[in-house]
Amino acid sequence: MEQVMSSINLSAIAPELILVVCSLLILLIQSFAPIRLKGWYGYVSLIGVVGAVAVVLTQPQSFELRAIEYSFNGMWVVDNYCRFFKLIFLLGTGLTILISIKYLDNEAMQHGEYYALIIFATLGMMIMSSGAELITIFLGVELMSISLYVLAGYTRNRMISNEAALKYFLLGSFATCFLLYGIALIYGSTGTTSIPAIAKFIAGAGFGGPTIVMGMALLVIGFGFKTASVPFHMWAPDVYEGAPAPVTAFMSAGPKAAAFAAFARIFMEALPSLQTNWTMLIWVMAVLTMSVGNVIALVQENIKRMLAYSSIAHAGYVLVAFLSAGERGISSILYYMLAYTCMNIGAFAVITVLAGKGEQRVRIADFRGLGYRHPIAALAMTLFLFSLAGIPPTGGFMGKFYIFSAAIKEGFVGLAIIGVINSVVSVYYYLRVTVAMYMQAPDTAAEKEIPVTVFSPALVIAIFISAYGVLSLGLFPSTYLAMVKLSFLTLL
Amino acid sequence: MNEYISVLIMLFLAAATAAGMIVATSLIGPKIEFADKMEPFECGESQIVSSKRRFSVKFYLVALFFVIFDIEAVFVYPWAVLFKDLGWFGFVEMMIFIAILTIGLIYVWRRGALEWE
Repeated sequence: MEQVMSSINLSAIAPELILVVCSLLILLIQSFAPIRLKGWYGYVSLIGVVGAVAVVLTQPQSFELRAIEYSFNGMWVVDNYCRFFKLIFLLGTGLTILISIKYLDNEAMQHGEYYALIIFATLGMMIMSSGAELITIFLGVELMSISLYVLAGYTRNRMISNEAALKYFLLGSFATCFLLYGIALIYGSTGTTSIPAIAKFIAGAGFGGPTIVMGMALLVIGFGFKTASVPFHMWAPDVYEGAPAPVTAFMSAGPKAAAFAAFARIFMEALPSLQTNWTMLIWVMAVLTMSVGNVIALVQENIKRMLAYSSIAHAGYVLVAFLSAGERGISSILYYMLAYTCMNIGAFAVITVLAGKGEQRVRIADFRGLGYRHPIAALAMTLFLFSLAGIPPTGGFMGKFYIFSAAIKEGFVGLAIIGVINSVVSVYYYLRVTVAMYMQAPDTAAEKEIPVTVFSPALVIAIFISAYGVLSLGLFPSTYLAMVKLSFLTLL
Repeated sequence: MNEYISVLIMLFLAAATAAGMIVATSLIGPKIEFADKMEPFECGESQIVSSKRRFSVKFYLVALFFVIFDIEAVFVYPWAVLFKDLGWFGFVEMMIFIAILTIGLIYVWRRGALEWE
């Protein structure tokens, strides 16, 4: 009994506790408060997110010390790696909430459940990044996924949103089974679910045998689905297109980063001895993910669908960094995920502004002449698209630069060449939107109309923060690099 | 061996009760045979119906609440068994757990999910 109590360390889960209290509070306000408090849910949840950020930054020591702290009998770990990821998730969540307030007003769906679910999903992601044990990570995956299934179908009067939710749920729960089966096989062959203990067992036994390799392969499938990597990407375009725009922004950034966080922790910390086995597997996946994502994005007419394929392609770049393993690979994953969160949510924020009520304007053709109708929105969109394409001086460029240089230093020259070719291909479809905005005149009267959604202060702040992030990551990378270098996995 | 006597008595009583019920119904119960009764599963539902029959989503809602709150109750049993060993620490932990559950119940209630009409 003494041992259980002594290993409970509430300060290690303080940011998570803040989020739990915040979301329960929102549910209670939703149940009791009068209607005029309606607009407040978003702000209450923002306070929770900011509080969690503050605690993550101070917990439990400064970034300079590369300390690692296990608690709850080795089920929970707090190190700089998970803290950096938590900051990425919270940034994504904060930006999403800022975008959502106005959007939900327009759709007349301002309910507390939306924010509660967003925060529950964030909580799941934080558990995924901090879990030092497979079942804890699985718990995080489930909490995140189930919240996202509901959020994808949040605009329940829109058919396409229902379709997205149903597809996501069916495919997602199927993929979760693979993950669970992989965990079961690894547990069966090592006798433990704790990540350090698995590493110790495999290192001691030399080679784990076929069951553990099977388990590893099943984990690749499970996480491949969660990160939308080819060939497990089929759900992404339909779900991203159907889900409400702020939810698409949310799930293209945070959950993807969370899946990579858990993926990298399990593979680098628990299964480093199997690196020869998974290198080949992930090499093929990375090439497929980059190529398929970019090539299919070329022909998309719907901008949300295009960004869905682009987000698949970006998962491919991150897989390149994943292969490089070691300090360089991990730190470039962290850097890239931060840049990606800023630029992708920024782009979706602009889409949210322009889509209008019921998301009527999501074709690329709807962006024609935007440079003259909404110069500032068009400028921000151009910045985010340039960053996604990897054009300097943006965060996207620096992120790709670090990923490909890490790949070359670790000997994956062929992979880096394929990656660079792919990012050249991607320039075409990103610039297509820019060309539409600045060099084409709107055809019909409907396209000339000024969109219904106008800027709200919160939306402007969200776009500004994203733009600031993209630019400062591109212009002053050294600050972030110093932080990233201290954040790589401590067990390596 | 002695400590198992009570278990054996319990086992015997349970088996005797079950057997007694079956014997009693077959001896004194009415025996009227009709088509519905002779079906493999006699449960008040027709076995072969159109797959397009619709029924209210409320049944699912109630079933879901039942499953959720029932599973949560399972966590309370081990705590009850170890109540004395866990002491105040366990008590406070369990109260927090139940408080979170109660918030869920309040939410469900206030949002009208428990009303049948």
